[in-house]
Amino acid sequence: METSKDNKPDTAPGAENTPATPAAAPAKPEMPPVEKPRRFTLSSSPHLRDNESVTRIMITVTLTLVPAALGATWVFGLRALWIILLGALGAVFTEWLVQKVLGLKVTISDGSALLTGILVSFNLPPGVPWWIPVAGSVFAIAIAKLPFGGLGWNPLNPALLGRAFLLASWPMHMTKDWLPAFWWQRPGFTFFTWKVDPQSILVDGVSYATPLAKNKEALKNIWDQANLPVNLVSEALESVHNAGQQVVDLAVGTVGGCIGETSALLLFVGAAYLLYKNYIDWRTPFSFIAVVALGGWMFGGGEELFSGDMLFHIFSGGLILGAFYMATDMVTTPITRRGRLLFGAGCGVLTIMIRLIGGYPEGVSYAILLMNLTTPLIDRWTIPRRFGHELKKATANAAGGN
Amino acid sequence: MKKTFRGGTHPPEFKLTAGHLAVRMPDPEIVYIPVSQHIGAPGKVIVNKGDVVKVGQPLTEPSGFVSVPAHASVSGTVKSVGPYANPVGREIEAVVIESDGKNEMFEGIEEVAGWREATPDQIRERVKNAGLAGMGGAAFPTHVKLSPPKDKPIDTVIINGAECEPFLTSDHRLMLERSGEIILGAMLVAQAVGAGHIFIGIENNKPDAYEALKKAATEFTIVQVEMLPVKYPQGAEKQLISALTGREVPPPPGLPMDVGCLVQNVGSCVAIYEAVRYQKPLTERYVTVTGNGVKKPQNLIAKIGTPFKELIDQAGGYTPNASKLLMGGPMMGLAQWTDAVPVVKGTSGIVVIAGPDAKLDREQPCIGCGRCVSVCPIFLLPTNIARFSQLEMFEEADQLGATECIECGSCTYVCPAKRNLVQHIRFGKAAILAERRKQQKKSA
Repeated sequence: METSKDNKPDTAPGAENTPATPAAAPAKPEMPPVEKPRRFTLSSSPHLRDNESVTRIMITVTLTLVPAALGATWVFGLRALWIILLGALGAVFTEWLVQKVLGLKVTISDGSALLTGILVSFNLPPGVPWWIPVAGSVFAIAIAKLPFGGLGWNPLNPALLGRAFLLASWPMHMTKDWLPAFWWQRPGFTFFTWKVDPQSILVDGVSYATPLAKNKEALKNIWDQANLPVNLVSEALESVHNAGQQVVDLAVGTVGGCIGETSALLLFVGAAYLLYKNYIDWRTPFSFIAVVALGGWMFGGGEELFSGDMLFHIFSGGLILGAFYMATDMVTTPITRRGRLLFGAGCGVLTIMIRLIGGYPEGVSYAILLMNLTTPLIDRWTIPRRFGHELKKATANAAGGN
Repeated sequence: MKKTFRGGTHPPEFKLTAGHLAVRMPDPEIVYIPVSQHIGAPGKVIVNKGDVVKVGQPLTEPSGFVSVPAHASVSGTVKSVGPYANPVGREIEAVVIESDGKNEMFEGIEEVAGWREATPDQIRERVKNAGLAGMGGAAFPTHVKLSPPKDKPIDTVIINGAECEPFLTSDHRLMLERSGEIILGAMLVAQAVGAGHIFIGIENNKPDAYEALKKAATEFTIVQVEMLPVKYPQGAEKQLISALTGREVPPPPGLPMDVGCLVQNVGSCVAIYEAVRYQKPLTERYVTVTGNGVKKPQNLIAKIGTPFKELIDQAGGYTPNASKLLMGGPMMGLAQWTDAVPVVKGTSGIVVIAGPDAKLDREQPCIGCGRCVSVCPIFLLPTNIARFSQLEMFEEADQLGATECIECGSCTYVCPAKRNLVQHIRFGKAAILAERRKQQKKSA
């Protein structure tokens, strides 16, 4: 079918289709002598839809987090899995409860609450008490998502806002409840152990302190400026000075850190599938990670420029999780391609600034949250050149309503 | 590098009838011939109730430049002239003819000596008299396209054999069964506008059509048959030009002639050939009757004015759960409320969709995935235009280029939230264009 309109869209057949009523009741045929009038569905074209759906996207993204969740369970014991489940249940239950109480349509079946809950848990230290993931996901759903109109309308990433809320409310738990990898293998603990005191375990973890002391000078910059949690600092140290094995540890995930952040490789597996399915755009994680790596290399080495460790900055903290799963959140990030490149780059700049000169332990989540706020602006700046237009005219026009 | 355009999507092809030879319909007893089957001014009816007409006899006379006559497709008696259901969605005046079954031809429909040497004006004249309007679906009067102003010379004629709509195979069959006539028609088009190059664009899911046309074109050196990757909307005028020549047609009111191109559908080429050589008006066309709602999908050659019902009966009738009737393909076709509507010049296919496939999805809020942005072949932001249109913020929608939308439906096809994006955009477009007309009137 020739789809051309010959530039007469006002009189094109399509324009005749009453646009506001998709399924108006068919009127009775008058002239035609039809024996048995058949009733046909009426709607505006296209009459064919692909089988993607919001639910399918959400569930797929959730499933791609399963490898990382299992990896975390292996490293941190069954405790990690419980935390993930608590976060997930808390989010889903909150959405159900709020919508029930307010008499709204319950939308838990779209899978977005489940995903938010899991992402909240992924951002927690593995030693937190049980109510931390619950509090985080309740906040994420009841405050960060639903008041704005639910899925699709929230300006900020609910999971990250949940984490920000936890960090502001219980900073001690959020910055001190780290567990070393495979703590459950130590005497007195098992894989199924729930009760554990992160402080005593960490004090026990002298192995971290030794290299720290040894390389005090090299570490000074990162330590002073970034105020990273103890275990991350030690990771930094180790990876800076024993690049080989330590970066492998960081990548595989056999190190301390947040539940979902530890294993970059397992996150890559999931992210690769999402990229393949086109559920996430490569542009955001690419520019995000590239800018962090570049910034880390240029300024991460202290006084001397271009001496920082790229791999350390890529694999430590929540960068991989943030870049592939948070900065690609469809709702809160730009819809244009150039906008996504810009968004990722902005996240990268903010992350490296917070890591190196800011007062917070980790920059990824705040970087993304701050960039979320710029999304409408970025969309406005990056309106694509329209077909047949000169390049210069394109951006002069007004913006979208995202 | 593969020739293609940017954006677009890949709906399933469903070309059920690609291997079916086109079958001529038995003659209808009654035909309903709308006086306007084209974009532009409707013609003035010149027959009266009770008149005896022959096949190819003009029933209307054009009422302006952008207007073409309609012709009788059967011989018989005019039963009535009045408003009748039309596949474009509203009632349009139609001439109802009861066939006498003789199919007597109107005088003067015979080979013209020296037709190959016809002057551009002769070609345009015969094309107009034959009532040709674009046969790919948009139905723009063909002679108007063949009359570019002097300051916009056309160097390239593009013949559209893409047929990118799922299900439809009428052009595919035409390319196989009438390949020689397509090439001759294309040559006449080039002759009329003085173009030195002809592209024929065919999607690569029709290699047999490509071969057939290539073979038919061997002695014509200016004809270049091109295989294009399958992608919807490859057959949209602007996208086809972009794929084949790399030129971008400027936004409305820009036309292909602004970049030196002229696009004709393969069906139009055959009709042009017949009009110029035999002075034969357009009274029948290839129609694909298909979809999971008919029992025996097939390609038919049907008289203009035949009710859809008869074509569907010819294709084995409806399946019990047939629930949506379309004129055209599933991407841009028009849903019909009755099968009493007649085949018109732009009817490339009739698609019947069964049961669950016709179910309308509930719209969910946009989740900002950006899929519509990446598939839009005009590089618009469909979700934003749709949202502005829904909010009746037409000025904002206009600034985002709402009126440039070609309504191909790619955005709506891929939307995971099942939003009726094109529908909302159409709503905005109509409001914007109405406002513009109002402003024009005021200033005039």
